[in-house]
Amino acid sequence: MRIGRAGPAGTAVLALALALAACGDGDGGDGGQEAPQTGELVIWSDPNRAEVLNQFKDQIEADLGITLTIEEIAEDQQATFVTASQQGAGPDVMVGAHDWIGNLVQNAAIEPVQLTDAQLAAFPQIAIDAVTFGNQIYGVPYALENVALIRNTDLAPDAPATIEELVETGQRLKDEGAVEEILCLQVGEQGDTYHIYPLYTSGGGYLFGMGEDGVLDPSDLGVGTEGSKAAFEKIRQLGEAGVGALKRSITADNAIPMFAGGTCAFLVSGPWAINTIQEAGIAYDISPVPPFADGGPAQPFVGAQVFYVAAKGKNKAIAHEFVTNYLTSTELAVALYRAEPRPPALTAALEQVQAEDPDLAKFIEAAANGVPMPAIPEMAAIWGPFGTAEAAIVGGAEVDETVDAAAEAIAEQIG
Amino acid sequence: MVTGYEPGAVPATPRAPRTRPPSRPVGDRHRDAPVTVTGLAVKAVLLGLVAAIAIWAAFPLIRARAWWGLAVLVAATLAIFAVYLSRRHIPAKYLLPGTLLLIVFQLLPVIYTVAVAFTNFGDGHRGTKQEAIAAIQTASVTRVPGSAEYALTVATAGGAATGDLVFLLHDPATGEVLAGDADGLTRLPEGSYELDAAGRVSRAAGYTVLTIGQAGARSQEITDLAVPTERGAILAAGLSRAYEGSAQRRYDAACDCIVDLSTGQRWVADDDVGSFVSADGDRLAQGWRVTVGFDNLTRALTDPRISGPFLETVAWNFGFAFGSVLLTFALGVLLAVTLQHERLRGRALYRILLVLPYAMPAFAMFLVWRDMFNADFGLINRVFGLDVDWLGSQWTARAAVLLVNTWLGYPYMFLISTGALQAIPRDLIEAARIDGAGGFVAFRRVTLPLLMVAVMPLLIASFAFNFNNFNAIFLVTGGGPFPPDSPLAGATDLLITYTYRLAFGASGAQYGLASAVSIYIFLIVATFSVIAFRRTRQHEEVFR
Repeated sequence: MRIGRAGPAGTAVLALALALAACGDGDGGDGGQEAPQTGELVIWSDPNRAEVLNQFKDQIEADLGITLTIEEIAEDQQATFVTASQQGAGPDVMVGAHDWIGNLVQNAAIEPVQLTDAQLAAFPQIAIDAVTFGNQIYGVPYALENVALIRNTDLAPDAPATIEELVETGQRLKDEGAVEEILCLQVGEQGDTYHIYPLYTSGGGYLFGMGEDGVLDPSDLGVGTEGSKAAFEKIRQLGEAGVGALKRSITADNAIPMFAGGTCAFLVSGPWAINTIQEAGIAYDISPVPPFADGGPAQPFVGAQVFYVAAKGKNKAIAHEFVTNYLTSTELAVALYRAEPRPPALTAALEQVQAEDPDLAKFIEAAANGVPMPAIPEMAAIWGPFGTAEAAIVGGAEVDETVDAAAEAIAEQIG
Repeated sequence: MVTGYEPGAVPATPRAPRTRPPSRPVGDRHRDAPVTVTGLAVKAVLLGLVAAIAIWAAFPLIRARAWWGLAVLVAATLAIFAVYLSRRHIPAKYLLPGTLLLIVFQLLPVIYTVAVAFTNFGDGHRGTKQEAIAAIQTASVTRVPGSAEYALTVATAGGAATGDLVFLLHDPATGEVLAGDADGLTRLPEGSYELDAAGRVSRAAGYTVLTIGQAGARSQEITDLAVPTERGAILAAGLSRAYEGSAQRRYDAACDCIVDLSTGQRWVADDDVGSFVSADGDRLAQGWRVTVGFDNLTRALTDPRISGPFLETVAWNFGFAFGSVLLTFALGVLLAVTLQHERLRGRALYRILLVLPYAMPAFAMFLVWRDMFNADFGLINRVFGLDVDWLGSQWTARAAVLLVNTWLGYPYMFLISTGALQAIPRDLIEAARIDGAGGFVAFRRVTLPLLMVAVMPLLIASFAFNFNNFNAIFLVTGGGPFPPDSPLAGATDLLITYTYRLAFGASGAQYGLASAVSIYIFLIVATFSVIAFRRTRQHEEVFR
């Protein structure tokens, strides 16, 4: 249909009328929004934890009288949280690993929480150590986890007391054709600091020295010391150039499936491996990662999952109430455990669930020698160089040269 | 995912007529273009949408007092209205959307990257100095040793929404009940209040006890309220507890420094690096963002950690990009030429099969290939009975990534070559044959040069893409294997994966430095592309 010339003014008026009509709806909505009748709280977490928390959404809302929003952040949670916080678009409470603390503090993304003496006493010391940074407590831990030695009891009925014993049993099984590999301990082409750490400490290595004030001292770097070289020498002997118990071809992706498939009789892993193993119907038992026969104790890293109070949240008062006073109650910790079996950080909750889950006690026992994963920002400089050095040495590289290069790279990065 | 170009973008054949289309009689027909109701309605709706988006975008700008941003928004909106409401500016009507999108999605990110390269933006240096000071002071508040723990009730003197905030505090140890506000503490007379089971004040004469919802609405005030005491201040720990705390560190404007009140140590602000630094070189973790000039750009060249492996990485980077283009193109052309053959049966089926890798999600394929290259458990070693440490040694790892990239990339080259080949007239090749050229010579002398003219721009694009093919490296080898004496640059690292590890990897974000290195990468790719395009143009001239 043809019509006469429509003036530009006419079109403009029509366009603006449409725009205003669209806006009108929005304005109406905004205008109707009075001051909220209930308090609000926004929690961010990874998808797994979000699913668990969602099961308690109604309960938390009823207990606290608030409206709770749980948002799942699919990946890169820490970076997403820091960036969003910076722009004032972050949550009130963040769930994450305790070793984020150093970075979150230097980016002013979280606030310390004040716990009473009674609340502090409800946690084991290692959980409190994990969330302590520069004599402040930066969040409430709710689960602890660490690696242990998981063994196939059909193949290896007894827990090895030393690494040497483990290798001997593994080698015998391999010679008999019962397994293909002596040990499943993930290394990969990039190395894996977290999983090798018990062996590294047993061999005499450390990462950062402890200052007099009980705070890790980044100027005392353990990588590159004689102890670290001795430890890596032992790791090298276990590696591809030695007995072949450690291999770069065993990676984060295949270690657990291989154990579940019977490729190896020993696995160094954490509580997250148990589901896969149970589904595969493997008879298993859990014991601490053994030390070298002539070495020190094997100290696994202990990691804590923590609820943080965001420094730039909009509902900080409620966030503090939720984190410090609500999360420290035993009931919720037990309930969270039932939704996802990770060892609860609260001692009372742990005792309550320990009876029903023997694995839990064994993982806790394996953590007896454990140390909290360092949370200082300087730890970020460790992962890359330490891992590549580990992979190279497992592959048979010269220890002195490799460890010195890693130490140099770490020292330069720390500055 | 292998190149940024879609297969549909096959360029015009080299023999496309160069004459201009016959020019239309002068008469400016569009001036008289009929105005239809549909056209008008579409125009009004689209412009209405523009206005709506502009209004929607204006509110946050006004709230943030970003007047420059608002000015740009208004100007852009007015420009859009002016261009589309007027009957003139015909070329502008076509150019405007593209130009605006170019500015928003291409120019602004580039400008932003360059701007960031001149700052120390990164972990520990994200916010302003004020934010850093606030964070340092908040983080230093500790409980006064031996002080009481109070059960807290948040209340107001007056209305719930407007009255002054009051903390009603019950000390279970002494049984005292106090009311605290910004002026200090007052003791409540016994009988004027009631306690609940948890020991919190549930009612007090003259005060309105807030519900959690009402308290939530005044969250900021509650966090900010500090009831002064002799040793510090009473602060809320949530909504049901309060403690007596004091800040250990305070900012002193006189010396522009942070003072530790218990030890007297001072950290003086250094505005060149954006940190508070003490006399003995100790730095407070919380810093702020400052402009550092050319520091990042020079550091990328002079820091031995970055510049040391730079040359080798650049060399391999070129090798990888060239190798990828060459191998994918060679394989693609070979298959395309083979499938040109008219006597071949089932060509359509073959073509579909050959294009399959292109249809697979590249991310998943990279991971599958990575597992196939596993030295002990990988499919490749197992099937061929090899014992090659594919991803563990330098050259095998490089061969592996090239192989993977070739497999993923050849279908694209196959598609564009097939298209371009069909546009090359058969009579040219027949003429060559009559002149005595064999099949290979005819291909080499006639088909290939004509093909090259058509696909050269796409090869350059493919080169530029592969030069920064982050996924192929990151997902297959992660840049490894790493030589034992240099744990930061791996044998298969491209500049982009290397930069990524430096800037975002496990070592914390250093956006300033990363932007500086990106600028160098941009310069390398741009220089190469310009030279290559120049050469192509000369190439084209030869055949015209």
